[in-house]
Amino acid sequence: MSDEAVENSEQTDGAPESEESAEEVKTPPGEDLKEVVESAFPGAVLEQSAYQDDEDEATFVVGFDAIVAVATHLRDHGDSHFELLTDLTATHYPEAENPFEVLYHLYSIEHNRRLRLKVRIKDGQSMPTVSGIWSSADWMEREVYDLFGIEFEDHPDLRRILLPDNWGSHPMRKDYPLEGRGERIYTKPTRKEIGD
Amino acid sequence: MDMALEIAVAAIKIFIVVNVVQLVVAYTIYVERKVIAHAQMRLGPMRVGWHGLLQPIADGLKLFLKEDIIPDKSDRIVFVLAPVMVLVPALVVYAVLPFSATFYITQINIGLFFILAISSLGVFGIVMAGWASNSKYSLLGALRSAAQMLSYEIFLGFSVIGPLMLAGSMNLQEIVHAQSDVWFVFYQPIAFIVFFIAAMAETNRAPFDLPEAETELVAGFHTEYSGMKFAFFFLAEYANMFVVSTVGIVLFFGGWDGPDFIPLPGFVWYVLKLSVFMFVFIWLRATLPRYRYDQLMRVGWKFMFPLVMINIFLTGFLKYLFL
Amino acid sequence: MVGVANVSRIEQQSTVHGTEELVINMGPQHPSTHGVLRVILKLDGETVNDLDCDIGYLHRGTEKIGENITYTMFIPYTDRLDYIAAPSNNLAWVTAVEKFFDWEIPMRAQYIRSMVGELSRIASHLLWLATHALDIGAMTVFLWCFREREMVLDLFETAFGGRLTVNAFRLGGLHEDVPDKFLQLTQEFADLFPSRIDDYETLLTNNRIWLQRTRDVGIISAEDAMDLGLTGPIIRGSGVRWDLRRAKPYAAYPYLDFVVPVGENGDIYDRYLVRIEELRQSTRIIQQCLEQLPGGPVTCKTPRTIKPPEGEIYHSIENPKGEFGFYIVSDGTTTPYRVRIRPPSFINLGGLKKLCVGQLVADVVAIIGSIDIVLGECDR
Repeated sequence: MSDEAVENSEQTDGAPESEESAEEVKTPPGEDLKEVVESAFPGAVLEQSAYQDDEDEATFVVGFDAIVAVATHLRDHGDSHFELLTDLTATHYPEAENPFEVLYHLYSIEHNRRLRLKVRIKDGQSMPTVSGIWSSADWMEREVYDLFGIEFEDHPDLRRILLPDNWGSHPMRKDYPLEGRGERIYTKPTRKEIGD
Repeated sequence: MDMALEIAVAAIKIFIVVNVVQLVVAYTIYVERKVIAHAQMRLGPMRVGWHGLLQPIADGLKLFLKEDIIPDKSDRIVFVLAPVMVLVPALVVYAVLPFSATFYITQINIGLFFILAISSLGVFGIVMAGWASNSKYSLLGALRSAAQMLSYEIFLGFSVIGPLMLAGSMNLQEIVHAQSDVWFVFYQPIAFIVFFIAAMAETNRAPFDLPEAETELVAGFHTEYSGMKFAFFFLAEYANMFVVSTVGIVLFFGGWDGPDFIPLPGFVWYVLKLSVFMFVFIWLRATLPRYRYDQLMRVGWKFMFPLVMINIFLTGFLKYLFL
Repeated sequence: MVGVANVSRIEQQSTVHGTEELVINMGPQHPSTHGVLRVILKLDGETVNDLDCDIGYLHRGTEKIGENITYTMFIPYTDRLDYIAAPSNNLAWVTAVEKFFDWEIPMRAQYIRSMVGELSRIASHLLWLATHALDIGAMTVFLWCFREREMVLDLFETAFGGRLTVNAFRLGGLHEDVPDKFLQLTQEFADLFPSRIDDYETLLTNNRIWLQRTRDVGIISAEDAMDLGLTGPIIRGSGVRWDLRRAKPYAAYPYLDFVVPVGENGDIYDRYLVRIEELRQSTRIIQQCLEQLPGGPVTCKTPRTIKPPEGEIYHSIENPKGEFGFYIVSDGTTTPYRVRIRPPSFINLGGLKKLCVGQLVADVVAIIGSIDIVLGECDR
């Protein structure tokens, strides 16, 4: 898995790296964490950013096939040790080439710092699950599946969690209409389905 | 002629007792609500009558007039019979309770045995209610109740053996007479403690109210009951409280007999002692959390059972030595 | 309708040992599921073999609403998340949005924010203690706690006009300064409250039945708690001394002195002790806030329309239930592009299965109580 990640990153990573080094007067936030990742998986961090250079907002973009390996490494490595998966969510950018961004907010109690991992995927593309790394991902991945329609491979129990089982669409997508019936499809279960 | 008169007198007594019991039960519920309310810094019923004094009557009327719901999928006959099966034994027991030296319905030489035998029938009604309701919560409640009442029946039965050995009779009046000097509670403190705990468990009162633990089983065996049938269960619970309190008073606190230096009628003594007992029941309910099912059984079999056995042995040993 | 499939799924597997297991539906209308939570229990006698939570009955699409209204308009919506501790939610949202800017929030506003946040923690913990004790059968504690919670709600009413959903804070500070009467009443409350905590403790802390019901029940180790993402008093009950008020201070917490209590065994009793101690510490924080409260304005100069620069931030605070955070993506317009609520109740409830399997039905009730969930925030 990591080898693929390296290949992926080598293809795409040329431009952003040079941009970063051009701006690099002071070290950007999360540089040490990047080293932790890169020491095991060179080139796994495709992009690095942080809002207003805030240390807590350090963000790495990772390839979707590298996420499990990178996340496991970040959890277990002594210099990062992200024991908590604080949050797992997604954002929909309908115009982008890879319209879905799956976000992992990590937190290390030991080092008191945060890191955000991002994976950009295509519509209909499924993600590897991280519920084997952090059990807390179980419900959060179900929620992302429920609200965005992103499927997680090998998830132990992937089904809707907040919406009814027979809800026809995924409301957190940007194309979900706010008014009217639109694609808000909900078929009332028959008495037979209830088992009455 | 004598026979007819006797029957007539008995019938009048039964009429008085049953009706008075029902009224007193209704007002015990009122007292309970008031006492608990004040323990919890609130007022309790205040609207119906002066300080809510007519509340029990309003409640009774409400229960009478309420729609009587029998669930579709219940076992109808058993469902209807169950509350009767609970209430009737609770009331039949009153036949042998001595309310004073002269006021009682009947006196039999196996009085205590009769009470234990009849009051244990109540559990049938509860199991029937749980089964007939065809609801999982009711069934769980009934099963808990059956296990709890059957186990604690044993401790209750064993705990009264100590006082019985001292009194040498099962006739409740004679047990009272045997305590004219010293109450048995001073001779039999262990038996009293076991009796009291078992009595609380028998009547499904807090902290042993598992069969109707409202936070786990909604309402336990009477979840599906409404209206008058529900009222029957309610009446039976409080009637049973009176029975175990009376038995406790008779066995350990000299029954209707009071100290000689305070000249009060026997019935007044009885009511006073009964009030204390009832107050303690209510007080405990306001104070204690609820036991868990397995803990209840553990307390019974691992703690109370050996204790009560030791008590019987000690009583017999000491009686043989000194009396 | 929700989860119809779940029951049948469990029922299909329900012949493990040849004997049939009892499938019980706890909720959504059940006295001790604290809202519209539905727990499908698979029982062997009274032992829980498996359970499945069915949530979403209170799903209102708050995140979607947030993406379509302005930053200021979203503040009242946060009230409706953890409605037991509404000011805390307001605090989380306003501090999260303020992270986009470099505004100097006046110290008076910061102190009032901390103080009101702690008051809401007290209100929330009191409701937890009340219902938790009631679940285990101690009825009196319930009403005693509500007496004090009423006082806290009265304080909110004095300061902000609302009791439950208070809409307490604004971006950049407060809407208006709090009235003097509020400070005076808060002082009275803070002086009185410790003795009331002693009252609750006399009923519970050394009560043998309470100990038997809560000790060594629902144990979770520190490693498991981190793995499950549990936050707040639960992880502290397992012995992890971690509190966001300390770890990532916000509002006036850098200037306040308080202790972060931790437990040892991670059972229900330790969580109980942790929360009781948090009640005392919150009172202490309120006392300090009142002593140190500076004068001056309560709001900084903010632009008429709030337009954060493009970017994304995550900010979280220590809510009474755990880490409550917001992930906001701004596209430079007046409405957020994406609002994500990090709900502590939702994630803590995810650990319910791990806590409950192998315990008795009566323990499930106690464990749900000890997790302290609010379905408004769980379902959003």
